Amino acid sequence: MDLLRFITAGSVDDGKSTLIGRLLYDSKSIMIDQLAAIEKQSKNKEQGEIDLALLTDGLRAEREQGITIDVAYKYFSTPKRKFIIADAPGHIQYTRNMVTGASTADLAIILIDARNGVVEQTRRHSIITSLLNIPHVVVAINKMDLVDYSQDVYNNIVIDYAEVAKSLGLKDVTYIPISAAFGDNIVEKSPKMSWFEGSSLLQFLESVEVEKDINLTNPRFPVQYVIRPQTDDLHDYRGYAGKVISGIYRKGDAITVLPSGQTSTIRAIEHNGKEVDEVFAPQSAILHLEDDIDISRGDVIAKSDDLPKTTQELDVLLCWMDNKPLVTGNKYLLQINSRVVRSVVKEIEYKLDVNTLQKTDATSAVLNDVIKVKIKTASPVPYDSYSELRENGGAILIDETSHVTVGACMIQ
Amino acid sequence: MSKYSLDYLDHLESEAIHIFREVAGQFERPALLFSGGKDSITLVQLALKAFRPGKFPFPLVHIDTGHNFPEALAYRDELAKKIGEKLIVRNVEDTIKAKHLTEPKGKFASRNALQTYTLLDTIEEFKFDACIGGARRDEEKARAKERIFSVRDEFGQWDPKLQRPELWNTYNGRINKGENVRVFPISNWTELDVWNYIRREKIELPSIYFSHERDVIDHEGQLVAVSDFIKLDPTDKVLRKKVRYRTVGDMTCTAAVESHASNIDDIISEITATKTSERGETRIDDKVSEAAMEDRKKNGYF
Repeated sequence: MDLLRFITAGSVDDGKSTLIGRLLYDSKSIMIDQLAAIEKQSKNKEQGEIDLALLTDGLRAEREQGITIDVAYKYFSTPKRKFIIADAPGHIQYTRNMVTGASTADLAIILIDARNGVVEQTRRHSIITSLLNIPHVVVAINKMDLVDYSQDVYNNIVIDYAEVAKSLGLKDVTYIPISAAFGDNIVEKSPKMSWFEGSSLLQFLESVEVEKDINLTNPRFPVQYVIRPQTDDLHDYRGYAGKVISGIYRKGDAITVLPSGQTSTIRAIEHNGKEVDEVFAPQSAILHLEDDIDISRGDVIAKSDDLPKTTQELDVLLCWMDNKPLVTGNKYLLQINSRVVRSVVKEIEYKLDVNTLQKTDATSAVLNDVIKVKIKTASPVPYDSYSELRENGGAILIDETSHVTVGACMIQ
Repeated sequence: MSKYSLDYLDHLESEAIHIFREVAGQFERPALLFSGGKDSITLVQLALKAFRPGKFPFPLVHIDTGHNFPEALAYRDELAKKIGEKLIVRNVEDTIKAKHLTEPKGKFASRNALQTYTLLDTIEEFKFDACIGGARRDEEKARAKERIFSVRDEFGQWDPKLQRPELWNTYNGRINKGENVRVFPISNWTELDVWNYIRREKIELPSIYFSHERDVIDHEGQLVAVSDFIKLDPTDKVLRKKVRYRTVGDMTCTAAVESHASNIDDIISEITATKTSERGETRIDDKVSEAAMEDRKKNGYF
């Protein structure tokens, strides 16, 4: 059994919460006491049937306002897979929350209301999906019951969306016509849409291949912590603890420590308390080197024949996430995996309209803006381009005075 | 399946180990909040994998309400001894005396809310900057919204509207003086994941998780153990039942379930077939209102 993390993008109006409620309900992940609680509330709302959306809106403010504000994580499993859903709000004022949910997703479900087709919000969600480089996209054309399960409606939306996908370079796009409210094409294929030849949404989620998305070719190991027991029997023990974020490491591999550039060879590898010959992404491990060199938290152990780039000047696509605006020249801490360096946002090249992809000039940025910037760092940063290796190309900016995470950086 | 495939439990395990090591790397005075329940026992197993052969870079801390199951306390002491790690115990009883707190009254007078006072005092006493806990997002819908690194102000309060964005697997543990971070390494695990992991890792558990005979009373469909901590009404009928616990909290606010499950396999089949959630079935304290957990968390609860 493996694991699939996906994000659902859409608003309550598109039936996003209903869709999630349906997946949980039909996969029997909702328990009767939880159902009893939402039935009680559904009655409070004076609606006829139970409101599956109430399952996902966890905060009092969300229930009161009937909107999703923050990302909620939901879980369900089938015999084939465990699923982690990042349920993110769809409105533009919550772009940062969608970016957050998208950052760990293997797949995005983009919901389209069959009555409305591709709208501004569809484009925005698709743009964010492409900026965050989510490998797989499902376009779920919902509310098919309200368009008489029409194949023509479906086909026209597919044609429209294909244009969007092409312009954004989305590679793996799958279209599924559904009715979340009635469960059509959610778990089982719907007899009302016999013209549809693809699989149901759940069948697709169970079978989409995500293992290949894990990069096993470019080995990167950010050191998180140095284990030095300093006891009598383990006097010389010095293990570099971290997670293989990509690639494979084997005993005897020639490695280079970045940013210092020192080289050595892997003497031993520990995984789960045992010595092993190799470890691979995304396993956590402890590496031991032949030579006694200076390595500390934040350094990256890479294989000498495949090094990441190291620089103090980064070109970054930045999603601004703070209520206080970004001002060029301000200093922030930049954290990439375990490495934290001081940095300054030098200049804003342009601002990207997340509804249209249009670039405009800008000198500052406010909450939810996506901008292209140049960042200079106080010390060198080993990195890969986000589009090539998500695991080593994403960084956050932290306000030095409030300590809050203020930006998400996709390094170009 | 390629040789480089991982089971979902391996993914979850590696994620949790990574989080543990981020705590070790980012904080000066972390602590692991240990209750003797299966979730915190799982945390200890993950910490062993993250730090052995080194010592834990934090002590185990137990906030003892005085209403704990004796089996859980015995297990706690034995485990700390076995792994050779430091255990700090602070008692809610002492806080009540020192601060002249009022004990809740009533039949199932729970010290659950008072626990928060002792926890915050303990954080202050040891100047803990990070407290690792075993909360899971599947437990409750307010928890479904919480970050893995969850910042609390100097009153221990959680503000759900002011949460930091948490991107990729990059955790920002920076805080102002007086603030602390609650860290939840098994956020993405479900109850069943925890049990499957316990089975796979052959982790020993306190005996109350397995079927045993016990005197209980039936309180609105929930079975509550007869103990010194609850007051029986004259109308209460004491029943002798075969029960086990799905969660281990206080004796006053944790209900037992009727069960013949005497080993992990039986428990997993039972949970797979159950139609009631873990907290719904066993927590008497969550039923107060729709937002009971959200309110407790805002006040500094785990």
